[in-house]
Amino acid sequence: MKAVWEIFNELDWSPLWISLKTGVVATVISFFLGIFAAKRVMRAPVRKKAFIDGLLTLPMVLPPTVAGFFLLLLFSRRRPLGIFLYENLDIKVVQTWLGCVIAATVIAFPLMYRNARGAFEQIDVNLIYAGRTLGMSEMQIFWKVVVPAARPGIVSGTILTFARALGEYGATSMLAGNIPGKTGTISQKIAMVIQDGDYLTAGIWVAIVIFIAFAVIVFMNLAAGRKMKNVKKW
Amino acid sequence: MGLKVEVKKTIGDFSLDVRFQSEASRIGILGASGCGKSMTLRCIAGIESPDAGVIEVNETILCDSGRGIHLRPQKRNIGYLFQNYALFPAMTVAKNIEMGLKGTKQEKARRVGEMIRTFQLEGLEGRLPGELSGGQQQRVALARIMAYEPDVILLDEPFSALDMFLKDQLQQEMMEMLSDYRGIVILVSHSRDEIYRFSEELVVMEQGRVVTAGRTRDIFADPKKKEAARLTGCKNFSRIRRLDGHHIEALDWGIELELEREIPEDTTCVGFRAHAFLPVWKERRKNCIRVSLAGSAELPFEKIFYLRPEGDTDSQAEEDRLQEVCRDKDILSKGNMQDTKPSQKICWILQKDKWQMLEENGMPDFLQFQEEQLLLLT
Repeated sequence: MKAVWEIFNELDWSPLWISLKTGVVATVISFFLGIFAAKRVMRAPVRKKAFIDGLLTLPMVLPPTVAGFFLLLLFSRRRPLGIFLYENLDIKVVQTWLGCVIAATVIAFPLMYRNARGAFEQIDVNLIYAGRTLGMSEMQIFWKVVVPAARPGIVSGTILTFARALGEYGATSMLAGNIPGKTGTISQKIAMVIQDGDYLTAGIWVAIVIFIAFAVIVFMNLAAGRKMKNVKKW
Repeated sequence: MGLKVEVKKTIGDFSLDVRFQSEASRIGILGASGCGKSMTLRCIAGIESPDAGVIEVNETILCDSGRGIHLRPQKRNIGYLFQNYALFPAMTVAKNIEMGLKGTKQEKARRVGEMIRTFQLEGLEGRLPGELSGGQQQRVALARIMAYEPDVILLDEPFSALDMFLKDQLQQEMMEMLSDYRGIVILVSHSRDEIYRFSEELVVMEQGRVVTAGRTRDIFADPKKKEAARLTGCKNFSRIRRLDGHHIEALDWGIELELEREIPEDTTCVGFRAHAFLPVWKERRKNCIRVSLAGSAELPFEKIFYLRPEGDTDSQAEEDRLQEVCRDKDILSKGNMQDTKPSQKICWILQKDKWQMLEENGMPDFLQFQEEQLLLLT
């Protein structure tokens, strides 16, 4: 017990902050992109919809290392996009924190997109028609009517996205690597210390992750709680 | 004041081709479910766009496909009352009413206050729609529409989801709330009672087409078209053969009828409302039909008799099938079932206060068709 306390006191907290920062930024990006994509895909013709939906959901279903592989192909500084970003905009993705964010966003985005789309598709279309006949602009209708009505789905989508982004490992390790203090997230830290046989440190990080994950789920349930009161028990 | 509607639209197998014009301020559209009446309203509101057509309100063109004009619903200044009211669930009553308003915060607030008072919603401003009763929701929905003073208000089956006892009360409330409104109101419904109560002029629709249009009272009194007669609640029909200017043979009833008035040459069918028969005992009179009882049903305030017309020698199986058809009093929405039959039961409805005469005299031997009640149809 004393040993645990000692390690805890001398713990390098940077993985926590990197993970949280990555999680928050990836969630914000996924939030807007996911809602935007959900809205667009919902309106697409059936075949196009099936195709695009498949493409957008793929990162969730594929092994993260496969996504990481493609990201690496795309952003490598020996590839057109990577060269372009570096030479024109001075942006490096591989082995940087930006890589963490991109990897986490790609992997977590489908959760936001799917939940938002599910919620949008459940909306009573008359609400939108009503908004139009009332003279509301499409923007107003979307943000004042559609999003609040789809709130439960959007809230759960956001939280799941955050949770997924926070724990991202496979794609992140391939794209961003594990540079302590820079791209070293909690998940990578745990993998690393276990390789070193340092189960005590690993255990502490595992406890932290479990605590955060559990807190997120409880928070999600409480946030949705108001709606859940009306759910019929059977 | 004036409304002109010409709408053509094809959706899958269904084709809508509606045209009517009216100067009235209270217009009803009557038709069975799926006849295209809601789609017509949606085209007027701009929620759906017709494949081709012209829509004009008080000389303002809202849509003219020939000239490429198609105003967005936002620009049409039309109020649409949805069957489920479509109140925004996450907004309070006051916010809902405010949504259709333009102007400064103060102006909006003042107008919302006015509406709250007019529609007796005091104390409910801060409630969410889900916390209101059906009647309150309807008032909010109407207040939300009336707040921005639309040129036309469209009512899409506003009472069809309500309980019987609420329906009557809300219809009356709606009439009162709309009584000061100067614009055009169009009510779409499959209920002849609602339509009759509400509209000055009436458009009767069937399978995407206008069957007839005109003054509501005139259409109910003399529907002219068989479909119009059916939709206005007429239950008895017979195909006819015109013998001369004053005589017809009612083929499905197996009798001859003599009329004082001139029978138009294009008459193909006669109709007779179930309430209008006069029972006759023992001796046959003019325009009578001999009937025998096939079945009956008792309702709280009236009794329905299903009667076999003379000359009807149908098999038992046929009779059972028919009874099933007739048992559902709401034959109207069941479409053309009556058409398929060569001869059919006669439906006679007797109000409760007249049951006495049956108790005294037994079932009548004949039913008399009174000429003024006989509908000559094409």
